[in-house]
Amino acid sequence: MSQFVINLLFVGASFALYIGIAIWARAGSTSEFYAAGRGVHPVTNGMATAADWMSAASFISMAGLIAFVGYDNSSFLMGWTGGYVLLALLLAPYLRKFGKFTVSEFIGDRFYSSTARLVAVICLIVASVTYVIGQMTGVGVAFGRFLEVSNTTGLLIGAAVVFAYAVFGGMKGVTYTQVAQYVVLILAYTIPAVFISLQLTGNPIPGLGLFGDHAASGEPLLAKLDQIVTELGFAEYTARNADTLNMVLFTLSLMIGTAGLPHVIMRFFTVPKVSDARWSAGWALVFIALLYLTAPAVGAMARLNITEMMWPNGTDNAAVSVETIETDAQYDWMLTWQKTGLLDWEDKNGDGMIQYYNDKSPAMQEKAEAAGWTGNELTKFNRDILVLANPEIANLPSWVIGLVAAGGLAAALSTAAGLLLAISSAVSHDLIKGQLNPAISEKGELLSARIAMAVAIVVATYLGLNPPGFAAQTVALAFGLAAASIFPALMMGIFSKKINNHGAVAGMLAGLIVTLIYIFLHKGWFFIPGTNSFTDADPLLGTIKSTSFGAIGAAINFSVAYIVANMTKETPQEIKDLVESVRVPRGAGAAAADH
Amino acid sequence: MSDNSKDAAYWSANLRLIIWSLVIWAIASFGFGILLRPLLSGIAVGGTDLGFWFAQQGSILVFLGLIFFYAWRMNKLDREHGVDEQ
Repeated sequence: MSQFVINLLFVGASFALYIGIAIWARAGSTSEFYAAGRGVHPVTNGMATAADWMSAASFISMAGLIAFVGYDNSSFLMGWTGGYVLLALLLAPYLRKFGKFTVSEFIGDRFYSSTARLVAVICLIVASVTYVIGQMTGVGVAFGRFLEVSNTTGLLIGAAVVFAYAVFGGMKGVTYTQVAQYVVLILAYTIPAVFISLQLTGNPIPGLGLFGDHAASGEPLLAKLDQIVTELGFAEYTARNADTLNMVLFTLSLMIGTAGLPHVIMRFFTVPKVSDARWSAGWALVFIALLYLTAPAVGAMARLNITEMMWPNGTDNAAVSVETIETDAQYDWMLTWQKTGLLDWEDKNGDGMIQYYNDKSPAMQEKAEAAGWTGNELTKFNRDILVLANPEIANLPSWVIGLVAAGGLAAALSTAAGLLLAISSAVSHDLIKGQLNPAISEKGELLSARIAMAVAIVVATYLGLNPPGFAAQTVALAFGLAAASIFPALMMGIFSKKINNHGAVAGMLAGLIVTLIYIFLHKGWFFIPGTNSFTDADPLLGTIKSTSFGAIGAAINFSVAYIVANMTKETPQEIKDLVESVRVPRGAGAAAADH
Repeated sequence: MSDNSKDAAYWSANLRLIIWSLVIWAIASFGFGILLRPLLSGIAVGGTDLGFWFAQQGSILVFLGLIFFYAWRMNKLDREHGVDEQ
């Protein structure tokens, strides 16, 4: 059976499973559509949150970004897990106690202002749509490879699948489907990693293998990796080469963005009790950590494997020949990925070999000149392909490759569906029912939810064709936006009685607009390529890249809200009482039943 | 004690717990993982140093411990202050 057929079987079987569950648990009422009737156990909820959370960015993209950069990209690991601490301590229990369906409902009620609710809806939509663009990038890579078509065709097919899938059910369908997706994606991520860790270090646990010894050379794995990459002129893997300020801000942006993203926060509305909301955040992080503790091992081991494949006799001897790549079965993955347009090589000096090295390093330029090399010949290696190509690179059995295909799609689909749900509820529940037409029927509300999903996916697909970065980088921008707009408003709403309606509205608008402008200045207006005035290599403000600006946007949000609240009328007493009641769990059940 | 002053005591106990937890959260990630890494460079861990381990794995384990500790402690605090959901 060919690899293509095996991939289709795995992907097809996993899809049949999800769709089956979605039909079985189809949403009936609007309450079920959004919050699954609040009947979800913390462990189940944690697992579903993990699937929702770990998207194409975590599964497909992140290890690749770590592999090619090393220590400096640890920000992704710390940022995307550290946010759960903020979520568990600062938001989840209180939002559950408040007992409504959506994030913007909380902001609207707490800041007693329909303007605040509207601004929150806009912030949610901007952050979520940016997030979906990143997902579509990942979907394009995955579908492109497994259907053996170009990246663009893969993206279009993927968009149709995501849409059909998200429209099927509401949160309830999505919750149980996502439990299934979690199981598929975690197996797909860890099984190949276990095989590779065994091959390289003899340790079956990849997270431990990373700090173990490289079996072939007897040296520590990371020391071996540092040595081999520096020999080729690349930066040392374990060293810090990035700017400290940017790294701190980037990590912080990812953390507070995590706690401000609507599709994750929504999860905590669906647990039965306030105490369950606290446990749920912990369980979510347990399931997330299984992947995140493995990811740095996947990155480092893949980097070592790829480098050794390009230099099969060591970096002092001849590089791999073009003939070997084209004929040796071990190099088949390079041929299949070349078809997607995401991997390419060129024998520039015509010596029949492909020299892979850093042609920007001065030391290597000297060495290259002496050896007659005329530039790095592995001309293209899209970082988003690394995780998907990994089992093929390590020559693992074909069922593992099929499983990874199913896992990558599960990751992208589950998050895209969760985000589409958040967008559609923001539009239909908060915007239309809450503001424009309160008398809308349940049926009309569900219909407008579905139309909103369709519009969101069309926009995201269009922008996903020319993404502003690799999947995880685009997703990082979405986190910056959520960090600058939603998180401060939620936190101030719970922890400060002083912040009033005007303060919250001014703070959110200032945070969102300044961050959005900073991103557009670096990534192009509305992410249209070529319309940017700066690049992240040489940013507007010092060393602060557009992906790191969210933390500054959040600081602007907090300060503006504080100043404006001090200049305007005090928060009324009934709102102060509301804040008091949100702070204690007592009576949470009653609050939920009101709705 | 009235409900109000009981609730206030509960809230300030909660705030203290949150602040201490966040101090640990920041030390494990921004501290050991980034800013204080040079101080930990003498402690070797599998071919690199302890700071690298904190940045890539250690901080995540600390985060996990913190969330479960907080949930356990808060649920206890809820009962002690009589503010839990019966």
